[in-house]
Amino acid sequence: MSDLKMKILDLLKEDARRDAELIATMLDVQVDVVKREIAEMENDHLIVKYAAVVNWSKVHDETVTALIEVQITPERGRGFEGIAERIYLYPEVKSVYLMSGAYDLLVEVEGKTLKEVASFVSNKLSPIDLVLSTKTFFILKKYKQDGIIFDESVGDQRLMISP
Amino acid sequence: MINEQQTAPVNRRASFADYLAPQARSLKPSGIRRFFDLVSGRKDVITLGVGEPDFVTPWHVRDACVASLENGKTQYTSNAGMPELREAIGGYLNDRFNVTYNPADEILVTVGGSEAIDLALRALIAPGDEILIPEPCYISYSPITTLTGGVAVGIETLAQDAFKLRAEQLKAAITPRSKVLILCYPSNPTGGVMTYDDWLPIAKLVEENDLIVISDEIYAELSYGQKHVSFAAMPGMRDRTILVSGFSKAFAMTGWRMGYACGHPEIISAMLRIHQYTVMCAPIMGQVAALEALTNGMEEMERMIESYNQRRRLVVKGFREIGLECHEPQGAFYAFPSVKSTGLSSEVFAERLLTEGNVAAVPGNVFGLGGEGHLRCSYATSVSQLNEAIERIGKFVERVRNEG
Repeated sequence: MSDLKMKILDLLKEDARRDAELIATMLDVQVDVVKREIAEMENDHLIVKYAAVVNWSKVHDETVTALIEVQITPERGRGFEGIAERIYLYPEVKSVYLMSGAYDLLVEVEGKTLKEVASFVSNKLSPIDLVLSTKTFFILKKYKQDGIIFDESVGDQRLMISP
Repeated sequence: MINEQQTAPVNRRASFADYLAPQARSLKPSGIRRFFDLVSGRKDVITLGVGEPDFVTPWHVRDACVASLENGKTQYTSNAGMPELREAIGGYLNDRFNVTYNPADEILVTVGGSEAIDLALRALIAPGDEILIPEPCYISYSPITTLTGGVAVGIETLAQDAFKLRAEQLKAAITPRSKVLILCYPSNPTGGVMTYDDWLPIAKLVEENDLIVISDEIYAELSYGQKHVSFAAMPGMRDRTILVSGFSKAFAMTGWRMGYACGHPEIISAMLRIHQYTVMCAPIMGQVAALEALTNGMEEMERMIESYNQRRRLVVKGFREIGLECHEPQGAFYAFPSVKSTGLSSEVFAERLLTEGNVAAVPGNVFGLGGEGHLRCSYATSVSQLNEAIERIGKFVERVRNEG
């Protein structure tokens, strides 16, 4: 990955609405170059999507999120891929990671109620043939996500004017 | 009974100001202070007037301080500062700026760079000595000079020279009474820098005229495009230079008040004596934090500098696009655009910009000679705020132009 691409990604990660012109100025390169690099990264799926980071607990605070540790038996020839796909295709599933250590997949599931999540685990996740066991942990509060701190109660504390 | 004894009548002074020493009375409040009062209390103002980083001190530094407090590190340190911190400062200066100091007797840890400047001036100035100060510059040099009985001699540097100090300007200001030259590059407020070639003729004049240099290099790390050249690293200048720096700007540690001075042992030891009688030692909490910053903070520092550099490009382009001339600042985190084309003085421009445009910036005239007609704009603020500020300034400038 080129240094320039990395810098562009850093700027976009801070604020995805920054346009090519602004980025070009900040990095002291031509606008066309920035546009080309961004297009390339979009094509290569390095940049997957430009989405807002939402603090959902403020939108509807009854939303329930759980992290589920899943132990599975890998399939011959396909390893964990097939079963991971079977799991991540459920819209309730927000993220899926293959993990090292005591379990195999870490699955993040979101539901409107505790019951909904519990029913997802017992009716959809656990019955999958190759799933050996699940352990569900409900998230009580999200402090930070993807490097973004949710509780920004302290703003700029500097004096307005200083020498 | 007890109070019956008559005491001799005392001539009471008419006002408490009359108790003040003449040199204290002559200290004027800084122009920045006045502007601060104008700004405070106003709502929805975007401020480009802040002379400090917009980053909070990196967490590992804060955490190191908290941990040291938990471990009961609450004592005095040696007057010159913790030996391990002085070692670290010595190593750092050697690595980054190619200047070598002996931590044992050539490095003094102070309460901010400000104390180091005060100590240096107190150690050097005898009544009537002339102190050469290239301006526009940081606001404290001249008042402290006056306070210590010296005579501040301003040297005007120019926008057309990118606010570099030129040898002929310095030469013209030197008299037989000249003793000290105060340098501050990269410059607050102009963002000007000095290269090796810029320094050469200055160093020659310093040598020829037997001057001592106080080089305030607090913004050294914030140099863009080229590496900072310390005046102390110029041939023959190490012993003639008191290098002053600190942690405020590069490590985002303004409130910790951690600075240092390096120089010839005889000068540093005189400064140390004043320091030990006045403040004893810099606070240990700050010293612990500073040591952590030097030990593990370089990567974070580089990241912050890259971020200033990105914003620097943004504001310079922005000012030029709205028709304000702006030399390219190559250091610190200030742009110093000219507002002369609007026909307004710095002060009127800044005040009207505040009241009519809701943007605060510091009028250039408060920084001494050559500052008039400019505006100091700190770009150590978020990109969205900078964009909004430039837009507001643009609208304001247009309105002013249409008045004419």
